Amino acid sequence: MASLKIIWNIFVKDLRVEWRNRETLASMCVFGLLIVFLFNFAFEGAREETLRLLPAVLWVAIAFAGVLGFNRSFASERENACLEGMTLAPVDPSLIFVGKMLANMLFLGVAEVVMAFAAALWYNFSFLPALGQLVLIAFFGTLGYAALGTIFGAIAANTRMREVMLTVLQFPIAFWILMLSIDSTAEALRGNPGGDWFGGVARVAGISLVFTIASFLLFEYVLEE
Amino acid sequence: MKNKFPISVHLALTFVGLCVALYMIFLYAPEEMTMGEVQRIFYIHVPSAWTALLGFVIIFISSIIYLWKRSRFADELASATAEVGFIFCTCVLVTGPLWAKPAWGIWWTWDARLTLTFLLWLLYVAYLMLRSYIINPGRAANLSAVVGIIGFVDVIIDYMAIRWWRTQHPQPVILGGPNSGLDPRMLATLLVSWGAFLILFSLLVRVRLRLAQMRRELGDIRHVLAFKASED
Repeated sequence: MASLKIIWNIFVKDLRVEWRNRETLASMCVFGLLIVFLFNFAFEGAREETLRLLPAVLWVAIAFAGVLGFNRSFASERENACLEGMTLAPVDPSLIFVGKMLANMLFLGVAEVVMAFAAALWYNFSFLPALGQLVLIAFFGTLGYAALGTIFGAIAANTRMREVMLTVLQFPIAFWILMLSIDSTAEALRGNPGGDWFGGVARVAGISLVFTIASFLLFEYVLEE
Repeated sequence: MKNKFPISVHLALTFVGLCVALYMIFLYAPEEMTMGEVQRIFYIHVPSAWTALLGFVIIFISSIIYLWKRSRFADELASATAEVGFIFCTCVLVTGPLWAKPAWGIWWTWDARLTLTFLLWLLYVAYLMLRSYIINPGRAANLSAVVGIIGFVDVIIDYMAIRWWRTQHPQPVILGGPNSGLDPRMLATLLVSWGAFLILFSLLVRVRLRLAQMRRELGDIRHVLAFKASED
């Protein structure tokens, strides 16, 4: 119960900071929208293929928007030595990780809704027929991606050129989360000819949980001085 | 260790091993039927790949040992292995296309093993970049150990995921894979070549480790001198 309260406090703290300046969320949403918009014109020549490419477009946009947010997540903590303050607090560092990961998930989730809405509008497409399944895929995909982003964001905050460092760490390691999410999303939008819709969700969930648990267990070593 | 097995002997052993391997690759191993002479790059390519993979296993194990026992040696070993392993992994990516072009007619295909090797190479790059970009050197060991462990988890996941992924994406048929029945002389050449590569690998890691230790000692000496100077 006490640990839930700590997680909740950190989560709410991140939301409050975000609410005061609204920088992270705004930049993630605008950046995501721009990517969807650019792809729309980049694929102009392949208009009839567009729907097949839609899952890839969306997840690439999510990947880039996510990195943008994860960078800020710990960079902002360093500014007024907030990170030191949190490290000194008598709480388990893993709980700090969970709180920040949940905040990152929420920000990325909001950006995902905005991007999906824009894609539906611009590509004249409805996500509604497979909505439940897509929400599950997006949830688990975002969970794993945000878990890795949170721990790598904390690591990259200790380096020079941290924007580059986060990307270089995040993309190869989150590679399969993205690939399997794209695959399952495409499968869901096709209407699952094989009828095995659970398989796609289970694969994304499995990989995401492995990375989430690994990040959770290792986070205390990242904060350690 | 130092007296029983000096580095000069290690160097000589590497030289002899590589000479024997070269002899076996070019003169002892029979010519492959469909691919001809080109196939001989296989004896460089495959041992490099195994060594590169072994390198990441060593990084993983030393990262765990570092976080557990706080042994400086484990951290230096991981760092040295990453640098040497990266070279072997690059070697795989260079020799692969050289072989693939004459054998398959294309330089590259996103086949399971090629994708895996490329991801492994990216992991090495990320690990090495992290090591050189960390601002506070006191935290380098911790942070790179964390990345070493998550990176290895990723290598394992690659093995599983590529199978899931491939079931949905049929791969182009690849001609002349070396898997089907290897001539015993070819197998012997492959193993000897790998042995020679392992000796080379251990030599390079050892040299790199010695450099790291000397650097550490130099740092300590400087520290003591600075302290003495401030006392005077």
